[in-house]
Amino acid sequence: MGLIAELKRRLFRWQSDGSAPLRLTQRRIFVLPTRAGLLFFVALVAMLTGAINYNLALGHALVFLLAGLGLVGMVHAFRNLHGMVITPGRCQPVFSGDHALFPLQFSSDRAMPRLALQLQAGADQPTVTTAVAAQGLAEISVPVTTSRRGWLELPRTRLFTTYPLGLFVAWSYLQPAMRCLVYPRPRASPLPPLQSAPRAGEQHGEDGQEDFSGFRARQPADSPRHVAWKASARDGGQRPLLVKLFAGGAQRELQLNWSLTPDTMTVDTRIEIIAGWVMAAEAEDACYGLRLPGREIPPGSGDAHRHRCLEALALYPE
Amino acid sequence: MSIRPTDALERGATPWLFAAALATTLPHFEHQPLWLSALTTVLFAWGAWLWWRDERLPGRWPLALLVAIACGGVLFEFRTLFGRDAGVAMLVVFMAMKLLELRSRRDATVVVMLGYFLLLTHYFYSQSIPTGLWLLAAMTLVTAALVRLHGGAASTPAATLRYAGLLMLQAVPFMLVLFLLFPRVSGPLWGLPQDAHNGRTGLSDQMAPGNIANLALSGEIAFRARFTQPPPARDRLYWRGPVLEMFDGKIWRQQAARPRPPQIEALSPPVAYESTLEPHQQRWLLALDAPGTLPVDLALENTLTATARLPINQRQRFSLTAILDYRFNPDEEQAVLKRNLTLPPEINPRSRALAESWRREESSPERLVQKALTLFSGSGFSYTLQPPVLGENPVDDFLFVTQRGFCEHYSSAFVALMRAAGVPARVVTGYQGGETNPVDGFVVVRQSDAHAWAEVWLAGRGWVRVDPTAAVSPTRVESGIAAAMPDGEPLPALIQVRANWLRTLQFRWEAINNAWNQYVLGYNPQRQREFLSRLGLNDPDWRNMAAALGIICGLMLLAVTGWALYRRPHLDPAARLWQKALRRLARRQVNCAPWETPLALVRRLEDERPDLAPAVMEVADAYLQARYGDQPDQLKILRAAVARLP
Repeated sequence: MGLIAELKRRLFRWQSDGSAPLRLTQRRIFVLPTRAGLLFFVALVAMLTGAINYNLALGHALVFLLAGLGLVGMVHAFRNLHGMVITPGRCQPVFSGDHALFPLQFSSDRAMPRLALQLQAGADQPTVTTAVAAQGLAEISVPVTTSRRGWLELPRTRLFTTYPLGLFVAWSYLQPAMRCLVYPRPRASPLPPLQSAPRAGEQHGEDGQEDFSGFRARQPADSPRHVAWKASARDGGQRPLLVKLFAGGAQRELQLNWSLTPDTMTVDTRIEIIAGWVMAAEAEDACYGLRLPGREIPPGSGDAHRHRCLEALALYPE
Repeated sequence: MSIRPTDALERGATPWLFAAALATTLPHFEHQPLWLSALTTVLFAWGAWLWWRDERLPGRWPLALLVAIACGGVLFEFRTLFGRDAGVAMLVVFMAMKLLELRSRRDATVVVMLGYFLLLTHYFYSQSIPTGLWLLAAMTLVTAALVRLHGGAASTPAATLRYAGLLMLQAVPFMLVLFLLFPRVSGPLWGLPQDAHNGRTGLSDQMAPGNIANLALSGEIAFRARFTQPPPARDRLYWRGPVLEMFDGKIWRQQAARPRPPQIEALSPPVAYESTLEPHQQRWLLALDAPGTLPVDLALENTLTATARLPINQRQRFSLTAILDYRFNPDEEQAVLKRNLTLPPEINPRSRALAESWRREESSPERLVQKALTLFSGSGFSYTLQPPVLGENPVDDFLFVTQRGFCEHYSSAFVALMRAAGVPARVVTGYQGGETNPVDGFVVVRQSDAHAWAEVWLAGRGWVRVDPTAAVSPTRVESGIAAAMPDGEPLPALIQVRANWLRTLQFRWEAINNAWNQYVLGYNPQRQREFLSRLGLNDPDWRNMAAALGIICGLMLLAVTGWALYRRPHLDPAARLWQKALRRLARRQVNCAPWETPLALVRRLEDERPDLAPAVMEVADAYLQARYGDQPDQLKILRAAVARLP
């Protein structure tokens, strides 16, 4: 087993570090008959027997032409992959349970299109199909089902095609060094109560940014963080952008603290509950901070902040 | 780009499958029973309608019912589900049914495989050049359906057909090599079904008035002969079929074969020829009189008819010789002579009385023969394809009442007269004449050349051929039936064509067909051995042939793979010209570094090689214009600038 695994690793490894484009050469492409190909072969034998039995010269010719067609079809299936350049792209993080999408860019410098290219990142994964136009580019995302948070490496992916005749399948294994961050699946649960704790740090100042009190038109000096994007979008973007106004006073913020989750639960469940809080807080445009054992993220809001929190949750050790 | 849950059949591929099914089943409509064609058409239409309306395909039970009905119909029609015609009928029905359950790609693959299989079955009925061409087109269509099936909607109709054509084109060399070198086995491998060969025309083993006249209406080719020397004169070409000795007053029949071999004394050197017989389902060979030495698998009957061991049910070639001047069975058995004097009593009394009156006047058999021929050549008798109907005494009616007849009337009446006059005589059927095709030199003998003549036995000379038809219509024997028949006779269009260009066209077409028959359809184990020995492979066994075949196919596969691997470096024409300019400069010891842009090169040359700089400047300018500018004719300027480089 070890030997075979080593052989596979050597045969199918990506060039260099896995981030550079890869050109598919004859060494990486394998060809085998499909089930339809075997059926075709059996049909040919039956037809040849018939042609011999009834002494049909043209029957012989037909069988031989079909045999030639099969052989040529094999080369063409191989050709459909040969010489294609594959460049790995960047993955967007996904929630656990969704499909992680690993984008690959295919480019072909051939004068004929390459059709029916199929990709599958493992036996139990969905298959996607794409085509590359003549001297064109195509982008395809390889879906991989996710079940746990953390980094997900792209498993060994099979790129295969049965085009044009379906009698032979040509395939190649791709394993670019691509990984996708999988956020924990948010678990819906009520948000912890707001805390009226005094905030440490000066960055939010005395203007008060916690108690929402209304909108006003945006002025160039306003931070984009305070733009009420949702409210502004409501009128189809006709009016000037609005910014949220916060009443001064006691600073109130949401502290999403590890210790607020019941410690009878497993680590993963607690992580999922906190992820649910993050999503809920983000949905309410609240300002929230995250406190995990050994990691603290100061309060904030917005996509980047959310990503920072979810990333910390995703990578939190088991 | 989408996630495909299963390999469900895409809607756009269905019309291709219908077209493939139609192209492979439609030609069978010509010879299969009408109800089957109707059923197939209805199933096709139903499937097409369901597709058009995008409705659900019928479930399992209606289909099972349909299969049962169709099987019952086939069983009723052919009395079997197997065999050739029933098998083809079943395949056609299955194809039509499969169109009603096109759900997945696997169903579609089954349709395509059935299509390929159905293509083969057409050759049961015809292997002519038009059939071959039509099936080539149908095969391209089926292949295109397969390409479309796997290529998906991105494969446009034109591109799909083009790709299928390309695949077929690349497959042709494999076909040629396999056809020539694949070790041939002479079939059949097992007993052929009863209906393997049927519906062929030709001579039969008995002769009644009107038989041969009917045959003469067909322009079909009976056989072709190629002589190693120039062919003998037309009036010497008597091709012997069955010899008929038994007469019941109306119908002439063959006598069962006797074991005693014939004695032939050759009076002239033998003439060698090769005969290619069309299948006629009989054992006789139609050899030129008199057959000389025969190949081992043939036999010569006592009546001089050459026969094969089995009925000739496919086109076959024989190498034969003929002795044109011969003496045949001068000491014939008494039993045979006695049989050839027998006439049915009480029928044809008038002709018998006439013959007996001749016999009283003449004693020499030769004179008696002459007397009969004189009777026919005299006034009153005419040669026609439309003889009147004869009554209870056919010979009497013909000789004394109608006096109009075809060769079977004359030979029959002549033999009856001779027997009544005491001269042993019998009827010989076969073909007479033949036409040399000037294109390929083959003598073509058609069904319209079918003929009946007579043979009389004369003491000391044996059996001598007498052709009474020649007495009444000498042109029949010298120039053929078309010339012998008066205008207005219903001859087949093909043999009475007299326009010159049409005649030439017909000769050409028949020569092409003959070449097709001889070299393509007639490529059998023996021909293959001849071909291989001409290549220098003497007496190859199947192992050597398989090895040679493997090597050649492997090489061709390598060639196709090489074509697949070859990537044409597609450079912009302007870039190509720039490369050319750089090659020229390299000869003048100016090298352009890979990172150097054209303008950087020019700047460097202004310092280093002021003599070259202006010319290179021109080229660089033109190149940049051609590559990045939007003027259409910049390429021409660039080309000129490159040409001006020193």
